Amino acid sequence: MIEILSSTLRLATPLIFAAMGGFLCERSGIATICLEGVLLTSAWAGATVTYYTNPYLGVLAAIIVGAMTMALHALLTVKAKADQIISGVAVNLFAAGITPILTKLLFGSSTNTESIPLHARLYSPVLTLLAFLLPFLIHFVTYRTGWGLRLLACGDGPEALKTSGVSPAKVRYWALSIAGAIIGFGGVYLSTAHASQFTRDMTAGRGFIALTALIFGKWRPLPAFIACLFFGFTDALQIQLQSSPLLGNTFPVQALQIFPYLITLLVLVGFIGSAKPPLAIGKVE
Amino acid sequence: MSKYLSLKFLFLFVVGLFYSTSLLAQIKIGLALDKGGRDDKSFNAAAFKGATEAQKNLNIQLKTVESSDDISLEPTLRTFAQKGYPLVIAVGFVQKDAVEKVAKQFPKTHFVLIDATTEIPNVRSIVFKEHEGSFLVGAIAAMASKSQKIGFIGGMDIPMIRRFQLGYESGVKHINPQALVLTNYIGSSSDAWRNPTKAKELALSQYNKGVDIIFSPSGASGLGVFDAAEQTQKWVVGCDSNQNWVKPGQVLTSMLKKVDVAVYQAIELETKSSFQGGIFDLGLAESGVDYSLDEFNRSLLTPEIEKKINAIKINILNHKIIVPDFYLTMKKAKPS
Repeated sequence: MIEILSSTLRLATPLIFAAMGGFLCERSGIATICLEGVLLTSAWAGATVTYYTNPYLGVLAAIIVGAMTMALHALLTVKAKADQIISGVAVNLFAAGITPILTKLLFGSSTNTESIPLHARLYSPVLTLLAFLLPFLIHFVTYRTGWGLRLLACGDGPEALKTSGVSPAKVRYWALSIAGAIIGFGGVYLSTAHASQFTRDMTAGRGFIALTALIFGKWRPLPAFIACLFFGFTDALQIQLQSSPLLGNTFPVQALQIFPYLITLLVLVGFIGSAKPPLAIGKVE
Repeated sequence: MSKYLSLKFLFLFVVGLFYSTSLLAQIKIGLALDKGGRDDKSFNAAAFKGATEAQKNLNIQLKTVESSDDISLEPTLRTFAQKGYPLVIAVGFVQKDAVEKVAKQFPKTHFVLIDATTEIPNVRSIVFKEHEGSFLVGAIAAMASKSQKIGFIGGMDIPMIRRFQLGYESGVKHINPQALVLTNYIGSSSDAWRNPTKAKELALSQYNKGVDIIFSPSGASGLGVFDAAEQTQKWVVGCDSNQNWVKPGQVLTSMLKKVDVAVYQAIELETKSSFQGGIFDLGLAESGVDYSLDEFNRSLLTPEIEKKINAIKINILNHKIIVPDFYLTMKKAKPS
């Protein structure tokens, strides 16, 4: 039982960071399907810098690269007024392409960076703790501060925000950059705390699962947090069931692996009702 | 002065001529790796090692391409063939269809296909009796295990990995029929070859259940199992390449699939113009598979274990021990 719990915490940590970053983006009125790409670039930066220097600079690098990758999405959508979904796809493809190229340049192979020894790796519970405090912080900032209210207004009625003298573009630049930095923690967690190196495409769809968790939580931070825990839990449960001698040897592997997705489908269909996205999302001004 | 200049030109000309003829004489070899990439420290790494050794010792020019996805396999092979590479080596069972298509279009080009078989005459298919090697490491695991709980984590759930699993389990049960073997699979899509974090979670869960040795044929995902072994100070069994050095002290032994030797031999045959197509099934008898023993695991494998395992090896060679082959059991199970 304790084992399922700790496995849940480990699996949920990157999801929480990604979902919270996604929350800020989407609430500012920018559809953001590039959580995956941002996770990937920051995971790469974290692993590479940790390998050459130390985990602290690694985290810093992941935050900066995460913010920069998300800023690219902001530039494309806010400044260039590109379609937000297309820009998201572009950022994902960019991340999937640039990381193996840089890995090859630095390490001679396009598939993985050099492994980081255990003592030089990040102490993962620190990041997990941070992931668990973050949703509350975001909840507070969003609903209790001026900046947060401007963010919400930007997502639901950028016109109204403009008439009150605040530039929606500015709010969005800030929101997306901060979101990128937050997702950077998730990336560096994946590559240097959970694993010991960056491997190509190591995010394996976590960015999209985080996005699902966000929608699942109806674009609110605390419910989205719970959803991330839930996804982490179903995955952990699946792993445990697979290796329990009673079920593992008789149950087909594939059936067990559908489990998290099946529960997601059931819950989405049955329980949450209609999830309404922020009103201005996806609209090009 | 002019004499000096002309001498200099003559010299340059001769050097140039010599250089270009030596380039011309070099045989161009194309090596197409699969998704794992040349640094998976395992299957592809073994192929790459064989090819680079050939480059060192034989007069060849080697070009290596890593395919980022399965769609780019066929164009890679075709490009090699079009550019006149006489020998193209395709590593990995995923390349089977691509090799078949391209080999038919370029019947004069020689192909090597590793880990899958085809009947096309200009293709040399090399497969390994993974079950025999897995049997050996399974027996070693059972002899070394204190808890008599032994783990297996496969990559993608495909018959080839099931073949590893069956051989491994039989090896364990050969030593101790009561031993418990826990089995996990990372996934059922090709992403399962590169999901080290998922592999690590599976491994941690097995170690926490009392397993003390895990064997993981899972491509680059296997690195996650090594991380878990390091973290919990338990043992892991390497796969395909000799991985004893990856985490010294944590790696009990490695199941060797001598892809490097097979690749080297194929290149050597090509340089001697004696390339042969056909299907080559390499097992213990052909030294295609083995277990590894070197300075990194010398202290882990006692002389007693070594003696026993060499006896088992001889018994397999004499057919006194028959290692079950998943491919055969699968065929039997199929309704005709």
